[in-house]
Amino acid sequence: MTTVPIAYYLVLAAILFCIGIAAFLIKRNVITIFMSIELMLNAVNLTFVAFAHLWRQISGQIFVFFVMVVAAAEAAVGLAIIIALFRARQTLNVDEVDLLRN
Amino acid sequence: MSTNLLTLLPELILTLTAVLVMLLEPLLAAGASRKPLGWLAILGSSGSGVAALYQLRVVHALGTLTGFYGTIQVDAFSIFFHLLIASVVVTTLLASLDYFPPDQVSHAGEYFALVLFGATGMMFMTSSVELLMVFIGLEISSISTYILAGFRKGRATASESAIKYFLLGSFATAFLLYGIALCFGATGSTAIAAIGAGMAVTKTPLFGWLAVGMVLIGLGFKVSAAPFHVWTPDVYQGAPAPVVGLMSTAPKAAAFAVLLRFLFEAAPTDRHHWAPLIAIMAVASMTIGNLGALLQSDAKRLLAYSSIAHAGYLLVAFTAPEPLAVSTACFYTAAYAAMNVGAFVVLTQLSGFSEQLRTIDDLTGLALRRPALSAFLAFFLLSLIGIPFTGGFFGKFYVFSAAVHSGYTWLAIVGLANSGLACFYYLRLLTALYARPTADTVRDLPMPRGISVPAGLALIATAAATLLLGILPNRILSLAQRAAPATVAQCIMDR
Repeated sequence: MTTVPIAYYLVLAAILFCIGIAAFLIKRNVITIFMSIELMLNAVNLTFVAFAHLWRQISGQIFVFFVMVVAAAEAAVGLAIIIALFRARQTLNVDEVDLLRN
Repeated sequence: MSTNLLTLLPELILTLTAVLVMLLEPLLAAGASRKPLGWLAILGSSGSGVAALYQLRVVHALGTLTGFYGTIQVDAFSIFFHLLIASVVVTTLLASLDYFPPDQVSHAGEYFALVLFGATGMMFMTSSVELLMVFIGLEISSISTYILAGFRKGRATASESAIKYFLLGSFATAFLLYGIALCFGATGSTAIAAIGAGMAVTKTPLFGWLAVGMVLIGLGFKVSAAPFHVWTPDVYQGAPAPVVGLMSTAPKAAAFAVLLRFLFEAAPTDRHHWAPLIAIMAVASMTIGNLGALLQSDAKRLLAYSSIAHAGYLLVAFTAPEPLAVSTACFYTAAYAAMNVGAFVVLTQLSGFSEQLRTIDDLTGLALRRPALSAFLAFFLLSLIGIPFTGGFFGKFYVFSAAVHSGYTWLAIVGLANSGLACFYYLRLLTALYARPTADTVRDLPMPRGISVPAGLALIATAAATLLLGILPNRILSLAQRAAPATVAQCIMDR
């Protein structure tokens, strides 16, 4: 059985990461922007797992668990902040969140 | 005590105090003052400072301590930052004691706990020599500060500040993580020392270069260096004043510590790649920060741009070889922390939780109404300009002379030109304080508050620190020099 080369995983992860960056910059809904950050984190996780396989090192996989846990903690705080924002402004569109200026 | 526990003693004290504050918070009656919890938090953070001093004694006697399978390293470098962070936290807490009116904020205990949790993360960042631990410390610190930024709940500007900080902060974290993943790919390890050894012999140097670039982007966001500074003015404007004082100094100091450790110990072989990048970031931060500040009318926004500029001055130090870079950067973070926290203590004290006195116009003629407060603010502004006999002067002096020593004379000249430019906006604020208020500036502004005892302590401590750094800089510099590892990178010193 032939295996998929590591480079494929790395390229896929890089593409996912770039899609995440693009979505972060283009999308206007706070929830969607937040999802694009999660996409970037998952691209990082894929990279870690691929490299862990390459180096035969378990530490890369362990890193992924920590990233997941921290991402969950971040999601809890982030969604709470989004709710607070929605209560204060009745909108989730980042273009309308523009009170802070000179 | 086992060595493992000793290496984390300051962090442990902070965590336990924070947990205790969280547990006591619901036991207090709804409208009761949360000041006792604040004092408990101050006790805990002072305790962690004392623990750091104890670590310093042990390190003197026994040499560098390592714990938890070599992931935590306590040396003069990390102890320097532990002490700095503990001092910033104690000062911030002292200034925040009278910030929350009990009838408006019923959950101020959470604030004190979050400050302590954040400080735990920052200290953790500076003593970790394993990027996994650095990442966790960074997240503990970041998540706490995201919440603190939006602590004036219900105000539209507060949630806006928090969401901007949160989104851009997490975005930056993703870059940092990708950088760590690429380090792991290039060298097969996430320990800083092993990465440093691996980078020299890696078969895939491309991963190494990308990794350094990604880490620079990630940490560039955290220290608000241009071109990754866009979040800073908005977040600082909307966040509570004492929180801005904290988050413009302590997490930045921790991020700079990580950057120093990473660049000089994990990527010394790529120095010729990252040094020009750092120089560009420094020039961009200084110029954008100072030019941006010229246009501001809100005091917090002005100081936000000023903090971007100061991040630029600090990055200048990174162009020097390791021992020099570490000692000057350490000195600069200490000097900047003292004067900037001081300035924000004054802003906190002026109008308290309502923060009605915000713009330069609001502050016009402050000296007539509150001479002591405006004298303190004037002193901190003079130090931010870099007037002799203040910490700001020697901070800039050491940083620029370090750049000249290492062949970056043009960078020092750009920095000096920028310091001249910065005079304009600091002096604009300064002259406003001592100007005669016109009829329409006094309109119906509330009388600025006087100095409360804890805030007075905080002001005296920060002013004394700024002054001491200005007249006895050698004492602090020698401590900072001990923080620089003497063994590594001596070879680059021959310039």
